[in-house]
Amino acid sequence: MKNEWPLWEVFIRSQHGLAHRHVGSLHAPDATMAINNARDVYTRRNEGTSIWVVKSVDITASHPDDKAELFDPAQSKVYRHPTFFPMPDDVKGL
Amino acid sequence: MAGSARLEYLLRLGDNALILSQRLGEWCGKGPALEEDMALTNTALDLLGQARLWLSLAAEEAGDGADEDTLAYLRDDRAFRNLLLVEQPNGGYADTLVRQFLFDAWASLALRQLLGSSDAAIAAIAEKAIKEVSYHLRRSSDLVVRLGDGTARSRALLQAALDTLWPYHHELFTGDAVDAEMLARGIGFDPASLRDAWLSYVRDVLAEATLTVPSAGGWAPKGGKQGLHSEHLGKLLAEMQVLPRSHPGARW
Repeated sequence: MKNEWPLWEVFIRSQHGLAHRHVGSLHAPDATMAINNARDVYTRRNEGTSIWVVKSVDITASHPDDKAELFDPAQSKVYRHPTFFPMPDDVKGL
Repeated sequence: MAGSARLEYLLRLGDNALILSQRLGEWCGKGPALEEDMALTNTALDLLGQARLWLSLAAEEAGDGADEDTLAYLRDDRAFRNLLLVEQPNGGYADTLVRQFLFDAWASLALRQLLGSSDAAIAAIAEKAIKEVSYHLRRSSDLVVRLGDGTARSRALLQAALDTLWPYHHELFTGDAVDAEMLARGIGFDPASLRDAWLSYVRDVLAEATLTVPSAGGWAPKGGKQGLHSEHLGKLLAEMQVLPRSHPGARW
Protein backbone atom coordinates (compact mmCIF):
# COMPACT_ATOMS: atom_id res chain seq x y z
CA MET A 1 0.00 0.00 0.00
CA LYS A 2 2.72 2.38 1.02
CA ASN A 3 4.41 2.16 -2.36
CA GLU A 4 1.35 3.81 -3.90
CA TRP A 5 1.61 6.86 -1.63
CA PRO A 6 3.67 9.75 -2.99
CA LEU A 7 6.58 11.19 -1.04
CA TRP A 8 6.23 14.60 0.66
CA GLU A 9 8.87 16.93 2.06
CA VAL A 10 8.06 18.41 5.44
CA PHE A 11 8.98 21.88 6.69
CA ILE A 12 8.41 22.96 10.28
CA ARG A 13 8.55 26.43 11.77
CA SER A 14 9.76 26.08 15.32
CA GLN A 15 8.99 29.58 16.63
CA HIS A 16 7.27 32.66 15.39
CA GLY A 17 9.66 34.75 13.37
CA LEU A 18 11.89 31.90 12.32
CA ALA A 19 11.68 30.39 8.86
CA HIS A 20 10.26 26.95 8.13
CA ARG A 21 13.05 24.39 8.10
CA HIS A 22 13.19 21.14 6.19
CA VAL A 23 12.93 18.33 8.74
CA GLY A 24 12.47 15.24 6.59
CA SER A 25 9.99 13.44 4.40
CA LEU A 26 7.07 11.05 4.64
CA HIS A 27 4.50 9.18 2.56
CA ALA A 28 0.85 10.23 2.33
CA PRO A 29 -1.95 9.93 -0.23
CA ASP A 30 -2.73 13.66 -0.29
CA ALA A 31 -1.90 17.02 1.27
CA THR A 32 -4.36 16.79 4.17
CA MET A 33 -2.99 13.47 5.31
CA ALA A 34 0.55 14.66 4.72
CA ILE A 35 -0.11 17.48 7.22
CA ASN A 36 -1.65 15.05 9.70
CA ASN A 37 1.20 12.59 9.29
CA ALA A 38 3.77 15.36 9.59
CA ARG A 39 2.15 16.43 12.84
CA ASP A 40 2.37 12.86 14.13
CA VAL A 41 5.87 12.09 12.92
CA TYR A 42 7.72 15.40 13.25
CA THR A 43 6.10 17.49 16.02
CA ARG A 44 5.93 14.93 18.82
CA ARG A 45 8.45 16.79 20.97
CA ASN A 46 6.86 20.19 20.82
CA GLU A 47 8.86 21.34 17.80
CA GLY A 48 6.31 23.17 15.79
CA THR A 49 4.09 26.20 15.37
CA SER A 50 3.47 25.68 11.64
CA ILE A 51 3.82 22.91 9.07
CA TRP A 52 4.36 23.07 5.32
CA VAL A 53 4.30 20.02 3.11
CA VAL A 54 5.16 19.86 -0.57
CA LYS A 55 5.27 16.89 -2.91
CA SER A 56 8.85 15.85 -3.44
CA VAL A 57 8.31 15.65 -7.21
CA ASP A 58 7.32 19.34 -7.23
CA ILE A 59 10.73 20.42 -6.02
CA THR A 60 13.14 21.46 -8.74
CA ALA A 61 16.74 21.01 -7.67
CA SER A 62 19.99 22.32 -9.07
CA HIS A 63 22.08 19.72 -10.83
CA PRO A 64 25.22 18.50 -9.05
CA ASP A 65 27.18 18.83 -12.30
CA ASP A 66 26.49 22.58 -12.29
CA LYS A 67 28.23 23.09 -8.96
CA ALA A 68 31.32 24.71 -10.39
CA GLU A 69 29.61 27.41 -12.42
CA LEU A 70 26.86 28.06 -9.87
CA PHE A 71 28.87 28.28 -6.68
CA ASP A 72 32.58 28.64 -7.31
CA PRO A 73 32.37 32.26 -8.55
CA ALA A 74 31.13 33.34 -5.09
CA GLN A 75 34.22 32.04 -3.36
CA SER A 76 36.51 34.97 -4.10
CA LYS A 77 34.04 37.69 -3.13
CA VAL A 78 34.88 38.21 0.50
CA TYR A 79 33.42 41.75 0.36
CA ARG A 80 29.94 40.25 0.08
CA HIS A 81 30.10 38.91 3.64
CA PRO A 82 28.77 41.28 6.28
CA THR A 83 31.70 40.55 8.58
CA PHE A 84 33.12 44.05 8.65
CA PHE A 85 30.55 45.52 11.02
CA PRO A 86 30.82 45.35 14.82
CA MET A 87 27.65 43.74 16.22
CA PRO A 88 26.16 45.07 19.46
CA ASP A 89 26.11 42.30 22.08
CA ASP A 90 22.41 42.87 22.78
CA VAL A 91 21.30 41.97 19.27
CA LYS A 92 19.97 38.42 19.36
CA GLY A 93 19.03 35.96 16.69
CA LEU A 94 21.73 36.84 14.18
CA MET B 1 -14.72 -1.88 45.38
CA ALA B 2 -17.44 0.34 46.74
CA GLY B 3 -16.13 3.88 46.85
CA SER B 4 -17.71 7.28 46.68
CA ALA B 5 -19.58 8.26 43.55
CA ARG B 6 -16.76 10.70 42.72
CA LEU B 7 -14.22 7.87 42.96
CA GLU B 8 -16.32 5.68 40.68
CA TYR B 9 -16.65 8.55 38.24
CA LEU B 10 -12.91 9.24 38.13
CA LEU B 11 -12.16 5.55 37.67
CA ARG B 12 -14.54 5.43 34.70
CA LEU B 13 -12.83 8.38 33.06
CA GLY B 14 -9.36 7.07 33.81
CA ASP B 15 -10.03 3.46 32.85
CA ASN B 16 -11.51 4.42 29.47
CA ALA B 17 -8.30 6.24 28.63
CA LEU B 18 -6.00 3.59 30.13
CA ILE B 19 -7.58 0.56 28.48
CA LEU B 20 -7.89 2.18 25.05
CA SER B 21 -4.29 3.34 25.36
CA GLN B 22 -3.15 -0.20 26.12
CA ARG B 23 -5.11 -1.52 23.14
CA LEU B 24 -3.55 1.04 20.79
CA GLY B 25 -0.13 0.25 22.21
CA GLU B 26 -0.55 -3.29 20.90
CA TRP B 27 -0.14 -1.82 17.41
CA CYS B 28 3.32 -0.45 18.19
CA GLY B 29 5.66 -1.65 15.44
CA LYS B 30 2.84 -3.32 13.50
CA GLY B 31 0.98 -0.38 11.93
CA PRO B 32 0.09 -0.60 8.24
CA ALA B 33 2.57 2.19 7.45
CA LEU B 34 5.23 3.94 9.52
CA GLU B 35 3.12 7.11 9.60
CA GLU B 36 0.05 5.24 10.86
CA ASP B 37 2.12 3.37 13.42
CA MET B 38 3.36 6.65 14.87
CA ALA B 39 -0.10 8.21 14.80
CA LEU B 40 -1.64 5.28 16.67
CA THR B 41 1.02 5.24 19.33
CA ASN B 42 0.86 9.02 19.68
CA THR B 43 -2.83 8.64 20.39
CA ALA B 44 -2.01 5.86 22.86
CA LEU B 45 0.44 8.16 24.67
CA ASP B 46 -2.07 11.03 24.76
CA LEU B 47 -4.61 8.70 26.35
CA LEU B 48 -2.06 7.32 28.78
CA GLY B 49 -1.29 10.87 29.90
CA GLN B 50 -5.00 11.48 30.46
CA ALA B 51 -5.34 8.19 32.33
CA ARG B 52 -2.52 9.21 34.69
CA LEU B 53 -4.26 12.49 35.51
CA TRP B 54 -7.65 10.87 36.11
CA LEU B 55 -6.23 7.97 38.12
CA SER B 56 -4.01 10.21 40.24
CA LEU B 57 -7.10 12.19 41.14
CA ALA B 58 -8.97 8.94 41.80
CA ALA B 59 -6.14 7.78 44.07
CA GLU B 60 -6.41 11.03 46.05
CA GLU B 61 -10.13 10.45 46.41
CA ALA B 62 -9.62 6.82 47.47
CA GLY B 63 -7.00 7.94 49.98
CA ASP B 64 -6.09 4.44 51.16
CA GLY B 65 -2.46 4.61 50.05
CA ALA B 66 -3.47 4.10 46.44
CA ASP B 67 -1.63 5.87 43.65
CA GLU B 68 -1.97 5.92 39.86
CA ASP B 69 0.21 2.80 39.58
CA THR B 70 -1.59 0.66 42.14
CA LEU B 71 -4.87 1.59 40.45
CA ALA B 72 -3.55 0.67 37.01
CA TYR B 73 -1.58 -2.42 37.90
CA LEU B 74 -3.07 -3.99 41.00
CA ARG B 75 -6.81 -3.99 40.35
CA ASP B 76 -8.60 -7.05 38.98
CA ASP B 77 -10.93 -6.83 36.01
CA ARG B 78 -14.06 -6.51 38.15
CA ALA B 79 -12.64 -3.32 39.65
CA PHE B 80 -12.16 -1.68 36.25
CA ARG B 81 -14.85 0.79 35.21
CA ASN B 82 -14.17 1.32 31.50
CA LEU B 83 -16.78 1.10 28.76
CA LEU B 84 -17.00 -2.25 26.99
CA LEU B 85 -16.24 -0.51 23.68
CA VAL B 86 -12.64 0.35 24.56
CA GLU B 87 -11.67 -3.15 25.69
CA GLN B 88 -12.79 -4.78 22.43
CA PRO B 89 -9.87 -6.45 20.62
CA ASN B 90 -7.95 -4.54 17.95
CA GLY B 91 -9.00 -6.92 15.19
CA GLY B 92 -7.80 -5.51 11.88
CA TYR B 93 -6.93 -1.91 11.18
CA ALA B 94 -10.54 -1.17 10.21
CA ASP B 95 -11.82 -2.47 13.56
CA THR B 96 -9.29 -0.38 15.50
CA LEU B 97 -10.17 2.68 13.44
CA VAL B 98 -13.94 2.36 13.87
CA ARG B 99 -13.59 1.72 17.62
CA GLN B 100 -11.46 4.86 17.85
CA PHE B 101 -13.90 6.92 15.81
CA LEU B 102 -16.93 5.92 17.89
CA PHE B 103 -15.00 6.61 21.10
CA ASP B 104 -13.45 9.90 19.97
CA ALA B 105 -16.84 11.27 18.93
CA TRP B 106 -18.17 10.45 22.41
CA ALA B 107 -15.08 11.58 24.35
CA SER B 108 -15.04 14.95 22.64
CA LEU B 109 -18.66 15.58 23.70
CA ALA B 110 -18.12 14.18 27.20
CA LEU B 111 -15.01 16.29 27.87
CA ARG B 112 -16.80 19.38 26.60
CA GLN B 113 -19.47 18.78 29.25
CA LEU B 114 -16.80 18.33 31.92
CA LEU B 115 -15.22 21.69 31.05
CA GLY B 116 -18.12 23.21 32.96
CA SER B 117 -17.83 20.86 35.92
CA SER B 118 -18.20 22.40 39.37
CA ASP B 119 -15.20 20.23 40.34
CA ALA B 120 -12.18 22.39 39.45
CA ALA B 121 -9.75 19.45 39.21
CA ILE B 122 -12.02 17.59 36.80
CA ALA B 123 -12.59 20.69 34.67
CA ALA B 124 -8.82 21.27 34.49
CA ILE B 125 -8.08 17.74 33.26
CA ALA B 126 -10.91 18.00 30.73
CA GLU B 127 -9.42 21.23 29.42
CA LYS B 128 -6.07 19.58 28.81
CA ALA B 129 -7.59 16.42 27.32
CA ILE B 130 -10.04 18.10 24.97
CA LYS B 131 -7.27 19.46 22.73
CA GLU B 132 -5.80 15.99 22.30
CA VAL B 133 -9.16 14.35 21.75
CA SER B 134 -10.21 16.98 19.20
CA TYR B 135 -7.21 15.99 17.12
CA HIS B 136 -7.93 12.27 17.61
CA LEU B 137 -11.47 12.84 16.35
CA ARG B 138 -10.33 14.88 13.38
CA ARG B 139 -7.93 12.13 12.42
CA SER B 140 -10.23 9.16 12.96
CA SER B 141 -13.11 10.90 11.14
CA ASP B 142 -10.83 11.71 8.21
CA LEU B 143 -9.67 8.09 7.93
CA VAL B 144 -13.19 6.70 8.23
CA VAL B 145 -14.25 8.87 5.28
CA ARG B 146 -11.19 7.95 3.23
CA LEU B 147 -11.47 4.21 3.78
CA GLY B 148 -15.26 4.06 3.74
CA ASP B 149 -15.37 6.02 0.49
CA GLY B 150 -12.29 4.17 -0.72
CA THR B 151 -11.97 0.86 -2.52
CA ALA B 152 -14.65 -1.84 -2.44
CA ARG B 153 -12.44 -3.81 -0.07
CA SER B 154 -11.71 -0.96 2.37
CA ARG B 155 -15.40 -0.07 2.39
CA ALA B 156 -16.42 -3.67 3.15
CA LEU B 157 -13.88 -3.90 5.98
CA LEU B 158 -15.08 -0.67 7.55
CA GLN B 159 -18.74 -1.60 7.25
CA ALA B 160 -18.07 -4.99 8.87
CA ALA B 161 -16.19 -3.30 11.73
CA LEU B 162 -19.03 -0.81 12.18
CA ASP B 163 -21.65 -3.56 12.27
CA THR B 164 -19.62 -5.49 14.87
CA LEU B 165 -18.89 -2.55 17.17
CA TRP B 166 -22.16 -0.66 16.84
CA PRO B 167 -23.98 -2.48 19.70
CA TYR B 168 -21.35 -1.19 22.14
CA HIS B 169 -22.30 2.45 21.54
CA HIS B 170 -25.45 2.08 23.64
CA GLU B 171 -23.43 1.88 26.83
CA LEU B 172 -21.92 5.32 26.16
CA PHE B 173 -25.35 6.84 26.76
CA THR B 174 -26.66 4.66 29.56
CA GLY B 175 -26.56 6.36 32.94
CA ASP B 176 -26.78 4.87 36.43
CA ALA B 177 -26.91 6.08 40.04
CA VAL B 178 -23.32 7.34 39.88
CA ASP B 179 -24.09 9.47 36.83
CA ALA B 180 -27.24 10.79 38.50
CA GLU B 181 -25.34 11.84 41.64
CA MET B 182 -22.56 13.50 39.63
CA LEU B 183 -25.16 15.38 37.61
CA ALA B 184 -27.01 16.49 40.75
CA ARG B 185 -23.77 17.80 42.29
CA GLY B 186 -22.89 19.71 39.10
CA ILE B 187 -19.77 17.60 38.63
CA GLY B 188 -20.84 15.43 35.72
CA PHE B 189 -23.38 15.19 32.92
CA ASP B 190 -26.32 13.05 31.93
CA PRO B 191 -24.94 10.41 29.49
CA ALA B 192 -28.26 10.20 27.63
CA SER B 193 -28.09 13.92 26.84
CA LEU B 194 -25.09 13.35 24.54
CA ARG B 195 -26.81 10.78 22.34
CA ASP B 196 -28.43 13.13 19.80
CA ALA B 197 -25.29 15.18 19.21
CA TRP B 198 -23.19 12.01 18.95
CA LEU B 199 -25.60 10.34 16.51
CA SER B 200 -25.83 13.44 14.39
CA TYR B 201 -22.03 13.76 14.11
CA VAL B 202 -21.46 10.06 13.53
CA ARG B 203 -24.23 9.89 10.91
CA ASP B 204 -22.74 12.82 9.00
CA VAL B 205 -19.30 11.24 8.88
CA LEU B 206 -20.65 7.81 7.97
CA ALA B 207 -22.78 9.35 5.20
CA GLU B 208 -19.73 11.05 3.76
CA ALA B 209 -17.93 7.71 4.04
CA THR B 210 -20.79 6.03 2.12
CA LEU B 211 -21.22 3.62 5.04
CA THR B 212 -24.57 2.40 6.29
CA VAL B 213 -25.56 3.26 9.86
CA PRO B 214 -26.60 -0.04 11.52
CA SER B 215 -30.28 -0.19 12.41
CA ALA B 216 -31.41 1.04 15.80
CA GLY B 217 -32.33 -1.38 18.56
CA GLY B 218 -30.95 -4.88 18.86
CA TRP B 219 -28.31 -6.18 21.23
CA ALA B 220 -27.10 -3.52 23.67
CA PRO B 221 -24.35 -4.96 25.86
CA LYS B 222 -23.54 -2.94 28.98
CA GLY B 223 -22.01 -3.31 32.41
CA GLY B 224 -18.44 -2.13 31.84
CA LYS B 225 -19.01 1.00 33.90
CA GLN B 226 -20.12 -1.22 36.78
CA GLY B 227 -17.22 -3.67 36.45
CA LEU B 228 -18.88 -6.41 34.43
CA HIS B 229 -16.58 -6.90 31.47
CA SER B 230 -16.16 -9.07 28.42
CA GLU B 231 -13.60 -11.87 28.48
CA HIS B 232 -11.21 -9.64 26.51
CA LEU B 233 -10.39 -7.35 29.42
CA GLY B 234 -8.85 -10.13 31.54
CA LYS B 235 -6.35 -10.99 28.84
CA LEU B 236 -5.50 -7.34 28.28
CA LEU B 237 -4.89 -6.85 32.01
CA ALA B 238 -2.78 -10.01 32.22
CA GLU B 239 -0.37 -8.52 29.71
CA MET B 240 -0.51 -4.98 31.09
CA GLN B 241 -0.07 -5.99 34.72
CA VAL B 242 2.33 -8.94 34.53
CA LEU B 243 5.50 -6.99 35.35
CA PRO B 244 4.42 -5.11 38.47
CA ARG B 245 2.58 -8.20 39.72
CA SER B 246 5.53 -10.58 39.18
CA HIS B 247 8.10 -8.11 40.47
CA PRO B 248 6.37 -5.92 43.06
CA GLY B 249 8.11 -2.58 43.47
CA ALA B 250 10.35 -3.14 40.43
CA ARG B 251 12.13 0.03 39.31
CA TRP B 252 14.05 1.04 36.22
